[in-house]
Amino acid sequence: MRDKSLFKFLTIGLLALWLGIFVLIPNLMIVVTSFLQRSEEHFVDVLFTVENYRKLFDPVYFGVFAHSTLLALVATLLCLLIGYPFAYRLARLTTRWRPVLLVLVIIPFWTNSLIRTYAIKTILATKGLLNTVLLALGLIDAPLRLLYTSSAVTVGMVYVLLPFMILPLYAVIEKLDSSQIEAASDLGASRLQAFIRVVIPLTLPGIIAGSLLVFLPALGMFYIADLLGGAKDLLIGNFIKNQFLDARDWPFGSAASVTMTLAMAVILLAYYRSIRRLNSGGI
Amino acid sequence: MSELRSAVVELKNIVKSYDGKTILDRLDLTVYDGEFLTLLGPSGCGKTTILRLLAGFEAADSGEISIAGQAVNALPPEQRNVNTVFQSYALFPHMNVFDNVAFGLKMKKVPKEEVRQRVQEMLRMVRLEEYAARRPHQLSGGQQQRVAIARAVVNRPRVLLLDESLNALDYKLRKEMQVELKQLQRRLGITFIFVTHDQEEALSMSDRVVVMCEGRIEQIGTPRQVYETPANLFVARFVGEINVFDGEVLERIDPQVIRAVVEGLECTLRSERPFARGEKIKILLRPEDMRLSEARDDASAEGRLLGKVVERTYKGMTLDSVIALENGKRILASEFFDEEDPSFDYDPGERVAVGWVKNWEVVLPDAG
Repeated sequence: MRDKSLFKFLTIGLLALWLGIFVLIPNLMIVVTSFLQRSEEHFVDVLFTVENYRKLFDPVYFGVFAHSTLLALVATLLCLLIGYPFAYRLARLTTRWRPVLLVLVIIPFWTNSLIRTYAIKTILATKGLLNTVLLALGLIDAPLRLLYTSSAVTVGMVYVLLPFMILPLYAVIEKLDSSQIEAASDLGASRLQAFIRVVIPLTLPGIIAGSLLVFLPALGMFYIADLLGGAKDLLIGNFIKNQFLDARDWPFGSAASVTMTLAMAVILLAYYRSIRRLNSGGI
Repeated sequence: MSELRSAVVELKNIVKSYDGKTILDRLDLTVYDGEFLTLLGPSGCGKTTILRLLAGFEAADSGEISIAGQAVNALPPEQRNVNTVFQSYALFPHMNVFDNVAFGLKMKKVPKEEVRQRVQEMLRMVRLEEYAARRPHQLSGGQQQRVAIARAVVNRPRVLLLDESLNALDYKLRKEMQVELKQLQRRLGITFIFVTHDQEEALSMSDRVVVMCEGRIEQIGTPRQVYETPANLFVARFVGEINVFDGEVLERIDPQVIRAVVEGLECTLRSERPFARGEKIKILLRPEDMRLSEARDDASAEGRLLGKVVERTYKGMTLDSVIALENGKRILASEFFDEEDPSFDYDPGERVAVGWVKNWEVVLPDAG
């Protein structure tokens, strides 16, 4: 018994220490910084102010938030539209092909997503792979402008985040009892009706989980917008990064970061609430 | 009586196979309107496949299926006038009892007020009115079972398909549901096709029993026919306990009676089957048709076999004994307790004479 409690203490203690040093303290520093003033010499002056938060409501910055949220929503929706049919097929495949496709979904994780974003950049570039192929096939006469557009950013996000949509969806669809679908059609539901009234409600936890796993990172992923969107597609992530690295306005960047973290916390809280409600429905 | 009824389901020359393995082999079956038909057989005999073909979840490789006179081979499940009670019930966990039962009517666009009335009436019938707002996981197994039945029956199908629907229930509840199902079927007049591997359940509930083995029908008959005059050894062994004696035909005495040697004992047997002289036969006897008596030296002269009690089991209503005959064959005898003789019992090792109730034997040719 003593060994067991020691083991418990060690593992949990280490984890708590790790999270404390690398998550809690930095976040606290950011929260504190967000209430301080900018200083030319020392980055930050220890003088309390709420000016940084007030500045966030400036229409210019609000536009950044809105645009960023919209882009993340579009990316989430696209991931859902691509990921759901894929996960559905995957879960219904024979045991022979399923592991193969699952590994294909997971393989991209073996390469850093920043490097993979550079790869997309070379494909989408004006003299890149895609244009070269399209030109060679005679489908287009002049190279298309693909890179540094909102579409390029969306493509990049969908590409990087798609596995985060597929995996939770796969997990719930795989557990879906096929006799539920049979029961629906037995009772006179067409395939579409069965899908809307039975399959979607039963896989809703996966839909919500996948959407959150895509939407939340999509809000903060600055390097995809940086590399594929050029300077003009400013997202929340880029904005915060710019405040810290370019504008050197740490308090303002901190305020934006704290606001985004709070917004995410609210979304996550809503998620846990809805899942608890769904679970009490016996799913 | 069944000949007078009209057929509601007809299967003609049905073949179905999965991965090269034949599940149903040129199967023909007619189900009459309003009857309680049970498909009985060991797992893998194809009985569930028949239900799935009728429901439309699977398509036959060849053959014709018709329901209420209409060929349904090409009809998807949602357009067939049959409903299924699934083995796992397959209730929708995200809907309450009312919405589960109302699902089929809503799909058929039945007016709201009528849906409400029919669902409530149905819930009253299965005694679940109080539970309309509950979710399936808040119900007991027996209640879930009744919701599953209500959800199917409320659509007033021509045929109700029940797939091993009582399996998940404990013994007592199962007995109760058997009675309830039978009553429901009488009241509604809907044709029930019930799948089970439990022979007792099949015998107690059905108008007719279809005994199946490896994709073929071994026998169709009333519970009594199937139990008392099994068509072959498989049916005899599957439907209840049975003793099988080896014998050889000596001669035919009259159209109903033959003389034969049974386990070395000469006796007369009742059978109308055409047997040749010297033909090997099997004689089937239910344990409850066996009669044990005190062993005397002239036992064989009375048409009795000699043996030794190997085991005795007290069963409450009956005393079941295993007897080893002199040639080593073991047989089972099940005797009711006699009120005159409450202390009636055997000691293991006791010698007994084994006989049976005359004319209750079933004689079959020895197929191999």
